[in-house]
Amino acid sequence: MIEVALWTSLALVVAAMALNVYRLTIGPDMPDRLLALDTMYINSIALIVLLGLWLDTKTYFEAALLIAMLGFISTVAVCKYLLRGDIIE
Amino acid sequence: MTLPVILEGVISLLLVAGGAFVFIGSLGMAHLRDFYMRLHGPTKATTLGIGCMLVASMLYFWGTEGKPDIQEMLITLFLFITAPVSAHLLAKTALHLRIKHVERTAGRPIELRPEELGEKPVPHPDRAHD
Repeated sequence: MIEVALWTSLALVVAAMALNVYRLTIGPDMPDRLLALDTMYINSIALIVLLGLWLDTKTYFEAALLIAMLGFISTVAVCKYLLRGDIIE
Repeated sequence: MTLPVILEGVISLLLVAGGAFVFIGSLGMAHLRDFYMRLHGPTKATTLGIGCMLVASMLYFWGTEGKPDIQEMLITLFLFITAPVSAHLLAKTALHLRIKHVERTAGRPIELRPEELGEKPVPHPDRAHD
């Protein structure tokens, strides 16, 4: 039962990734692309969690935590750059 | 070590629900018409979806290894704290850059203070305003 749910979930997350890439490509403005990248790192965390479930190992959760932190920091950095023209004033 | 059937069902349900929420969030971001509408999908639905998946993973490893682990809850907590902050910053950036919006999106840039629009810049701490 878990295996079927895992494959369904993987397919949905990969489809979500494809939609993110679509928005990243056509996004008319800078914040659209930034939002697509922000969603993409969250989806990559989902993929890592599903990979950990599939391989039955907990090795990859540190990687997921690192991606969560660095993704947030980079979103904030680009937002500050667009808002003020500088990251650290 | 095999899992009890009920636990397996709960884990499967959480996994499918998480995948569905993540997909709906991205679908909203790809499909809706202006940036302020698009902001809703990823910030709410995707965060809930990833929370569901992480709880499913935590329950699975709790079931197979016999002891709970807080690592997954740590990621969930971190994402639930940071998602509103990044959404707020993205909305501020969009208002600052005066992104186009459709007519029925509420909240106009005119309701904001001048320094939030970038018309009257906040003075740099080292330089005086002239």
